[in-house]
Amino acid sequence: MHEMTVAQAGRAIAARQFGSEELVRHLLERIGRLNPELNAFLTLTEGHALAAARAADARVAAGDGGPLTGVPIAHKDIFCTAGVTTTCGSRMLGNFVSPYDATVVERLNAAGTVMLGKTNMDEFAMGSSNETSWFGPVRNPWDTARVPGGSSGGSAAAVAARLVPAATGTDTGGSIRQPAALTGITGIKPTYGRVSRYGMIAFASSLDQAGVLARSAEDAALLLGAMSGHDARDSTSVDAPVPDYAAELDAPLEGLTVGLVEEFFDEGLEPANAAVVEAALKVLEALGAKVRRVSLPGIGLSVPTYYVVAPAECSSNLARFDGVRFGYRAAQPRDLEDLYKRSRGEGFGAEVKRRIMTGTYVLSAGYFDAYYLKAQRVRQIIAAGFSEAFESVDVLVGPTTPTPAFEIGAKTHDPVTMYLNDIYTIGVNLAGLPGLSLPCGFVDGLPVGLQIVGRAFDEGRILNVAHRFQRETDWHTRSPGGAFA
Amino acid sequence: MNRNEVESIAHLARLAIAEEEIAVYVENLSRIIEFVNQLDRADTEGVDPMAHPLHMTQPLREDGVTEADQRELYQQNAPAVQHGLYLVPKVLD
Amino acid sequence: MDWETIIGLEIHAQLATKSKIFSGASTAYGAPPNSQACLVDLGYPGVLPVLNGAAVRMAVVFGLATDATVAARSVFARKNYFYPDLPKGYQISQYELPVVHDGRIEIRLDGGERKTIGITRAHLEEDAGKSLHEDYQGLSGIDLNRAGTPLLEIVSEPDLRSAKEAVAYMKAIHQLVRYLGICDGNLQEGSFRCDANVSVRPRGRHEFGTRTETKNLNSFRFVERAINHEVERQIDILESGGRVVQETRLYDPDRDETRPMRTKEEANDYRYFPDPDLLPLVVETGMVDAARASMPELPWVKRDRFVEQYGLSEYDADVLTVSRASADYYEAVVRSGIDPKLAANWVTGELAGALNKAGLEIADSPVDSKSLVQILVRVEDGTISGKLAKDVFEEVWTSATSADGTPVSADEVIGSKGLRQITDAGAVEAVIREVMAANPQQLEQYRSGKDKLFGFFVGQVMKATGGKANPALVNDLLKSMLADR
Repeated sequence: MHEMTVAQAGRAIAARQFGSEELVRHLLERIGRLNPELNAFLTLTEGHALAAARAADARVAAGDGGPLTGVPIAHKDIFCTAGVTTTCGSRMLGNFVSPYDATVVERLNAAGTVMLGKTNMDEFAMGSSNETSWFGPVRNPWDTARVPGGSSGGSAAAVAARLVPAATGTDTGGSIRQPAALTGITGIKPTYGRVSRYGMIAFASSLDQAGVLARSAEDAALLLGAMSGHDARDSTSVDAPVPDYAAELDAPLEGLTVGLVEEFFDEGLEPANAAVVEAALKVLEALGAKVRRVSLPGIGLSVPTYYVVAPAECSSNLARFDGVRFGYRAAQPRDLEDLYKRSRGEGFGAEVKRRIMTGTYVLSAGYFDAYYLKAQRVRQIIAAGFSEAFESVDVLVGPTTPTPAFEIGAKTHDPVTMYLNDIYTIGVNLAGLPGLSLPCGFVDGLPVGLQIVGRAFDEGRILNVAHRFQRETDWHTRSPGGAFA
Repeated sequence: MNRNEVESIAHLARLAIAEEEIAVYVENLSRIIEFVNQLDRADTEGVDPMAHPLHMTQPLREDGVTEADQRELYQQNAPAVQHGLYLVPKVLD
Repeated sequence: MDWETIIGLEIHAQLATKSKIFSGASTAYGAPPNSQACLVDLGYPGVLPVLNGAAVRMAVVFGLATDATVAARSVFARKNYFYPDLPKGYQISQYELPVVHDGRIEIRLDGGERKTIGITRAHLEEDAGKSLHEDYQGLSGIDLNRAGTPLLEIVSEPDLRSAKEAVAYMKAIHQLVRYLGICDGNLQEGSFRCDANVSVRPRGRHEFGTRTETKNLNSFRFVERAINHEVERQIDILESGGRVVQETRLYDPDRDETRPMRTKEEANDYRYFPDPDLLPLVVETGMVDAARASMPELPWVKRDRFVEQYGLSEYDADVLTVSRASADYYEAVVRSGIDPKLAANWVTGELAGALNKAGLEIADSPVDSKSLVQILVRVEDGTISGKLAKDVFEEVWTSATSADGTPVSADEVIGSKGLRQITDAGAVEAVIREVMAANPQQLEQYRSGKDKLFGFFVGQVMKATGGKANPALVNDLLKSMLADR
């Protein structure tokens, strides 16, 4: 039962092969047994889940269900969930119970999904390995000595270990795509503005997007369709109709031009990973796609650009955490300044503090032009590079990450080393484009991801390419097995 | 970045950094700034800064009261409240 | 040394919208603490700002009324600093690109001199909450009801050269925002606040001296006093060889002096950057046209028209047009056919006096324009003297403010109190004969040349007739009858 995808489970529940309640109980048992080792879940909402499952079953019995009715899901702990702890992986919000639901949560609830709990993540979404969480690292089910990637590491691990068929995530510089690649699952970050950010705790406002981690492009299409659409509560959400992504999945790839980003096949890319990705491209060619090389000028500066813009925005977004109205408050503050400094100094972890300070620095008087403005100009160049590439190709492909999953603790000594994990994903956020990662092979038993990037609002197309690939291959069906069978 | 800069940035950001950690922050932050200094080599002559990937303009909301008093609910997360007020160490002006 | 004073004023006008600038919470004054602070106003994690269109329209109307440029495109920026009444740790304001800029307003000084004062800019921003310094075991209490109320920050050019000019400018802006209906101008409630930037320089010098900013000026009187004090203080410093420190000061009305603010800005670096949660504000020509069409007759236009159309003195026209309510009241009276000068005397005299005494605004006058017209009609047709009309006015006023609040009509008062003017020559003659008979000594003295006693006889006749004898008739008859031997 836990091997079922979202689409399969939805159909089975609708056909009353089993009830949502039965599936939920089965998964809750699995989670109880297997989560302690993975640390993927921070909060389980058993009572809520069972009640919701029963309600879903009732709707199905009344003929009122849809393709997602009764399907279990987990939410990254960055999404506010009413009446449920929402920690953002941080001590700062360790006991924070949200009074409201994020739009994403509202919409997935309305579509009939059943929340099992909240997943672990890098603190305030800052990280590429899920090692910065106050609640301890998440482990990769393929090799528990290794990271699952981040910041949506908990969601990725939970889905890969078949604890839940799908989970929401967020992606600011790669935080859905990179963990999806490292855990052998499918993850999509839609176009900026496609999904509402209301209720999604902000890290970098002009880069953050909500998305989905699941075990197939078909699943991602179903869930993304339910999550997407205009929200008047988010001024940056786009008022444009949401296509039926599922309907576009099977379109043939004949005539599709696929661009291979030259700059991504650099010395940073491990040769074994490169080989797996190249083999994947052959599959696309066999399906009728024409692969050609493209160049993205400026892309080499995407990581430094990101590490100016994102910290700048986060330094401001996180100023609201001051121990006054919610969140962690230092004991016995001597005065106001002490209240602020110690609440924030004790409430935030080291990576978060580093980014807040970096951000404060690049916005400060005397540095603003040289850093923040400069980075926003380079961002313009990077975005223009993508636009130009899309004049001659329909989608861009390449490796999602330079290496497979690395060991816990291997890259924490130097922040910049960690930052470079996102080297292929970051540019996509800077340009606001949609991107996904799907499994395309293994290196030494560890999953490798293929990234597909599309034009703005072309989610349908990249899901289509991913789905056609998944019809020809079975990488996405591979399971870590072992303890997680 | 040097130690003075780290201390003044930490103050601007209201972050307490323990004495024994300052050196590590100086090192890490210097490394990060050195890394982002690569941006210097980009030729951005005549390029406008991008604040948003969207080419949209700000939608306007109708002026009307849509929020009810939910003080009790919202103050459930408050660390220190009295008579409905959030309490902080005395604010001098 | 001849010193020149340079003053610039920054006025914060709370815009009279029903809801906040970025949320749907109410802006009503006086609610219980934090009962009008919704999640957006509280800066809760995950919430986002959505811009109130009415606030934009009000800013546009202000721009049109001050001959300013209404920016087709303006940008919201974050002003970052920590203070307990600022929940997000930043204020959403406008920095480099304000919605209105380069306007002007004419002020009139004593002696009729007119001067044009430049308005550098007017931009939209959100208000902060309030710190209550009541002691809560040594702690301050924060009320965030006011947080998010829309403000229009109006910045003048440093064109003001004296405290009197500053007050005239402040009053002109105060009058204008009330006329436009965009701000209620209530200084006590804090909906109209003023900060003064003051510096001095030797006359003839081109560069500006160091300026200080003085806050907490919540009355016109305080503005004048604070500026005068500050000018003297600065001159004293400079004349004794010192330097003026650039700082922010607070006006202390009890001591009538300014002092430096204690917690101020060791040169606060606000790290302004465009708010990524808001998109650029575009003001369409449609909105500008609608705003222009909705503008009321502006105060200075109305004032000049009153002088022209009603033959009033500039002084009277000024007083009558101080507010739209007052001008509308006056015109209602005149349009009913009452002589403009008579009407002006009464509205600026008797009515104003009674309103002041009762602490009422003209809009709440117990004697409305219709009631006043009834009184003045009887003055004009000679039924009552001007003097007795004042008694009638008082009666009408009292009846309207009595327990059952139903005002009596002028005619009812005149009738019931028998106040009709006596115009019958025979009756007056009879009274005069009685008075002459009762005062033989004065009669003798008058007839032997003591002309001053004429007034005595007038007084006696008026007393005997209860003030109702027509004064002109009394005069004529007395002259002839007293002279008669």
